[in-house]
Amino acid sequence: MTSEQSRGGWDFSSDAATPAGALVDVEEPPAAAGRHSSPPPAPPRGPVTGGGGPRYGGGGGRPDGGDALRTVLRGVGQLLITAGMVLLLFVVYELWVSNLFAERKQQQVHQQLATEWRTGQDPLKGQDRLNLPIGKQVVLPVGDGFANLYIPQFGKDFVKTIVQGTDDASLDKGPGHYVNSQLPGQIGNFALAGHRVGKGEPFLNLDQLHPGDKIIVQTASNWYVYTVLGNVQAYNAALKLTNASARSTAIANALAATDSQGVPGREIVSPGAIQVVAPVPDHPDQTPTRALLTLTTCHPKYTANQRMIVHAVLTRSVPNKGSGLPRELPGGTL
Amino acid sequence: MYVWIWRHLPGTTGLRVLQAVLLVAAVCALLLFVVFPVVEPRLPANPITGPGTVGQ
Repeated sequence: MTSEQSRGGWDFSSDAATPAGALVDVEEPPAAAGRHSSPPPAPPRGPVTGGGGPRYGGGGGRPDGGDALRTVLRGVGQLLITAGMVLLLFVVYELWVSNLFAERKQQQVHQQLATEWRTGQDPLKGQDRLNLPIGKQVVLPVGDGFANLYIPQFGKDFVKTIVQGTDDASLDKGPGHYVNSQLPGQIGNFALAGHRVGKGEPFLNLDQLHPGDKIIVQTASNWYVYTVLGNVQAYNAALKLTNASARSTAIANALAATDSQGVPGREIVSPGAIQVVAPVPDHPDQTPTRALLTLTTCHPKYTANQRMIVHAVLTRSVPNKGSGLPRELPGGTL
Repeated sequence: MYVWIWRHLPGTTGLRVLQAVLLVAAVCALLLFVVFPVVEPRLPANPITGPGTVGQ
């Protein structure tokens, strides 16, 4: 278009400020009239631009200083509004669209793992025995799935394939295994990280886990049933409280209660507190005697200021044979 | 900018509104499905996971 040439492409100054604006006025009415018997050639020039013709006396002159300033200010204003809309759209992406992408990646690793198991290729390759002692680690390819995580408290059909690694790309696929922590069922700590909000948000409801809740891990050869630590009696007593704030305080206390080895059911820590994924959580110097599971996620929701940590202990394991489910899962019999 | 675009859309007001809506939808889709996925991992505000931090 002519005005484009005269003013340079993306310029958001109104055409009213340029002589070329007059050309548009001349060109448009016939086209519009041809298609439609629409009223007179007073196109939607609008009050915004104030009508170029009269002001510049037929479109020959340059805009004076005030008009140029107005044009610049309007352009800056529109640019700022646009930037604001783009930022809002980014929030939509983070909270919603990122889940769509992550869900697809999770399905891919889930199906890939199912295919591997069906064809007898276990990524854990014989490392996965009931209650393995702590020791030599199997090297798993980062980003690949190797086990499934079931948490009935998050929904009857909640199942996520666990991938190796806690880098951004791995966590986009699903819960990620801290590469230096132990494997499912092994003595020590099988530690997982997962997103709280967005990107599949596997651990969105980590605050809904309570003492005694089951977390089930399925590998090619075994089912491992972990039970969330904390004081179960205190939790059950807390449920009977009628005062809501007293109840939530009592539940939090029941979750924070530590067991004989000093491991709580739940703790809120700073992002640098890597001792929570140690073989004996919070006690890196101790030698592990139990098989634990640790889940870590961002806390509070929508932020990354802290981390919410849930610890569970292996209470039962059964061989994974056929299509049977452990009895902790709906319809399970094993 | 928006005034400029509006003036360069052809057709009647109804057609222009339709085109404007389509343009907005196209820009949103481009941002949501192409630009943000590429840009997002590079943003410094992204929660850091790595050695010394407890992930996500």
